[in-house]
Order: sequence, then structure tokens, then C-alpha cells
Amino acid sequence: MSAVKGINLTKYYKNFKALDAVNFEITEGECFGFLGPNGAGKTTLMGMIYGFIEPSEGELILFNKKVNKTTMAEAKYKIGVIPQDNNLDPDLSVLENLIVYARYFDITGQKARKRVTELLEFVSLNEWLNANVRKLSGGMQRKLIFARGLINNPELIILDEPTTGLDPRSRRQIWDKIEELKHSGKTVILTTHYMEEAEKLCDRIAIMNKGKILVVDTPKNLSLKFGGNLEYVYLNMTEG
Amino acid sequence: MNIKKAFRVWQRNATVYRKLYRSSLALNFFEPMLYLFAFGLGLGGFVREISGMSYIEFIAPGIVMSSSMFAASYECTYGTYVRMVYQKTFDAILATPVQFNELVMGELLWGATKSLIYGCIILSVISVFGVVKSPYIIFVIPFVIVCGVIFASLSLIATAVVPGIDSFNYFYTLILTPLFLFSGIFFPLDSLPKILSELAFFNPLMHLVSISRGFCYGEISKLTLSSLVLLIGYLCLLTPLPFMLLRKKYLH
Ligand SMILES: Nc1ncnc2c1ncn2[C@@H]1O[C@H](COP(=O)(O)OP(=O)(O)OP(=O)(O)O)[C@@H](O)[C@H]1O
Ligand SMILES: [Mg+2]
Repeated sequence: MSAVKGINLTKYYKNFKALDAVNFEITEGECFGFLGPNGAGKTTLMGMIYGFIEPSEGELILFNKKVNKTTMAEAKYKIGVIPQDNNLDPDLSVLENLIVYARYFDITGQKARKRVTELLEFVSLNEWLNANVRKLSGGMQRKLIFARGLINNPELIILDEPTTGLDPRSRRQIWDKIEELKHSGKTVILTTHYMEEAEKLCDRIAIMNKGKILVVDTPKNLSLKFGGNLEYVYLNMTEG
Repeated sequence: MNIKKAFRVWQRNATVYRKLYRSSLALNFFEPMLYLFAFGLGLGGFVREISGMSYIEFIAPGIVMSSSMFAASYECTYGTYVRMVYQKTFDAILATPVQFNELVMGELLWGATKSLIYGCIILSVISVFGVVKSPYIIFVIPFVIVCGVIFASLSLIATAVVPGIDSFNYFYTLILTPLFLFSGIFFPLDSLPKILSELAFFNPLMHLVSISRGFCYGEISKLTLSSLVLLIGYLCLLTPLPFMLLRKKYLH
């Protein structure tokens, strides 16, 4: 079963082509990684998958349904987003941030409280429940954003650079969490600049450059095909 | 448009406000009170009577409307702009099932709610101090909401068109301040040159002030058909625009 399928997805910002006829298919339960240099179009593509950015051309299929306004609104209940930018509510506490976010999914009251407690335990932030998010370190905020993206128990999780700015131990914690999500059958889409992370977590990897997908394969096959480790493949493919 | 989703956005703003209201309430409350007492008492010593009222009685019902106007305006200019651009709150919300129109509706309703809060505070103060005596004062409240929706819409339009947050100065200096000064709050407009008092007919705040003053002193007749038509006209004209313009600004 396919979870996400993109057909000729294209995005223009004014005259600039940020995504150029991108095609891909992500299977349910798979962890799929997008690698590529700064400006390759990864965040643009992530935004498209969760309905934040409208494609200029092309078609998106989510959970085997062609996406339009109505199907997107429904699909969003099943999608969790961990964005690249920090967009927590700076005036609110950890708890309030999660409660407010849960409400957008119509999760309220005791149910919301329970889910929040679970998630804060999941990312080891339970002691910070009532702290203002401004008091959290950058890495802790990142973990909170990670937890927030899981509030609706999503089937599809979109992680845009989930471990950027994390110390090695926190990074490993997040990796473990992503592994857990994979084992519980979730579909995971991930962008990262860390080859090690991609190699460890992703079943398949797409390497992007200048709005195009250059190649899609398992990390192993990429190494075999191009003769070298993932970093070598990446550097070779995205040259110039 | 799912109104429940718009309510979620409203709720988010209310949650933040509940945490911060102590500082902002005092500030927003202080300004209208300053007008009321500085002008009412200060100028009131010279201006003995206008239309048979003491000066403070004359301006009090108007201050209800102007503070309601400014409450919605601050919220939907600076407040919305910060949420949209700096805090990326819009980005966070739009990653959830809330859709863009529901988000804008939430902002609009929240702006109107701020109007209602500040309008009602001033109303209570002037009733407690006995400045206003008619029980019809209660009918001012729906018009405070109308005021809120009109100026929340106008402010969201400004938010959609300004190139940067500093440009709101133009909106306040060139639009809101003239509307405020030529609304008949501080002086009867018929003392102005004819052309100005005729222009003031198109000032929605002028109609709101006149209705408010009428109700505060038991003169329902101040609610004229032309005022109603004009206010409904503004509501119909202004409320759809933030949805179109903000979408254009934000998504493209
Ligand atoms: N809102 C926008 N308006 C104009 N151009 C944009 C906008 N968003 C992105 N771009 C451009 O589109 C291109 C792709 O950006 P995108 O953020 O998708 O890259 P990315 O692969 O996520 O990069 P990074 O690794 O730095 O996060 C970049 O050249 C960027 O300048
Ligand atoms: Mg990016």
C-alpha cells in the first residue's frame, strides 16, 4: 500500500523553480529519507505533502486518495509534522503548547491531558511541564516540537531535520524514538543533513539537488551502485 | 468553513491572553481612562455644556466605541502580524487540520472579542461612576461587537498589505487617528466646515459613537436607518477582504 505518491510535483516561487517535476512513491510503514544540499527543495516538498504549500503543477496522492481541499483536510488528522523551524508558542508553557496544539485536532480534556503526559515522558520532558518554553534550551525545544508532532497519534510522520542542533545523546534519543515509531508501523518521511542518521533510519533514500530527485534507493544499494559510503555518493551526486 | 476550527484558533489566542492580560489590560485600559478624565475633567471646566450634557457625559459613550475600535485594531495589526511573521504561529496551525479561512476567521473573531472586552470595561466604569443613567446602555453592547468586526477586518486588511511591521504607523496616523478625531466623540461635528461634516458621514465610528450616545442617554431615535445601512454596508464590504488578501500575502 502506498502512503504518499507524488506525480510531477512542481513548485514555482515567482519565476524560480524550487521543485521540478518530482516523482516518488512512499510505501506504508516505510522510513523514507530526502537528502540534498541547502536549497534543494526538501522543505518545499515536505510542505507540499502536508498541504501547507500548493503545488504549481503535478499531483499528490495521500493514503491512496488524490489530494484536493476536502481530502487534504481529512488526511491532516492522520499526519504529524515536525517542522524545520521552531514555531512553538513562546508565551506558553510546555503543557499549554501541547494542549493548544491538541485542540486543533479536536483532542481536548482528559484525553488531551493523558496524551500530553505520555508524550512528555516519551521525550523525557515531563519535569518541564509547567516551564515556559522560552526557558528550554534549543535542543529541548526541538524535542518538544517532536512530541507536539505526535499529538494526534499520526500514521504518517513528516520530520524536517528532526535532530539539527541536538547534542549526540539527544540525537540518539530521537533516533530511538523514530525507530519505535517505525516498529509500531508508522510511515516516516525524514529530511536530514546527517548521513549517519539517514543510513541508520531510512529504508530508502532520495537524493535531491536543485529541485530534482536524482536517485532513489536503499542506502545499501546506493553504496554498492556508486562504490563508496553514503556520504561519498551524496557528494558525488550533488556536485556543482 | 468549519466554525469549530475557527474557534480553536480563537481559543489559542484566548489562552495566550489569559496569561498576559495583566500587563496588556492595564495598558489598554489606561489610555481610554486618560482621555475620559483628562478631557472630561480638564476641558470640562471650560466647556460647560454640550447638547445639555456635562462634557464628561458627552464624551464617555464615545470613548466606549473608540477604545473598542483600538482594541480590535491593535490585536489585528501588531498581534496578527507577530503571529503570522515572527512567531510563525500561522505555520504551526496550518500543519494541523485547521484551514486558512478558519485561521483568518479565528483572528477576526478574536479581534472582535478584544473589542467586546475593552468596550464593556469602559461601559461598566462609566455606569459605576454614574456618568450614564439609561438602562438602554445594555444595547450598546451589540454595537461594540459591530465596531469590533469592522475594525478587526480593516486591520487585518492592513496586515495583509503592509510591507513590514513599521508601516502600521501609516495605518494609525493616516486612517485610524482621523477616524477617531472626526467621529464626534470630542466635539459635535456640525461645528466643522460643511465639507468635513459631510465626509464624516462615511466614518463608521461616527455612527457608532452617535448610537452609543443615544443609548446611554435613552434616546433610541439616534439609531437611524442611515446609520444601520452604512454599518451593514461596511460589514458586508470589509469582512470578505481579509480572507482574500491574507491568503494572497501568506501563501504566495
Ligand atoms: N517562500 C519562499 N519564497 C521564495 N523562495 C523560496 C521560499 N521558500 C523557499 N524558497 C526557495 O526555494 C528553494 C528551496 O528551498 P527549501 O527550503 O525547500 O530548501 P531545503 O532543501 O529545505 O533547504 P535546507 O536544507 O536549507 O533546509 C530555495 O532556493 C529557497 O530559496
Ligand atoms: Mg529545509
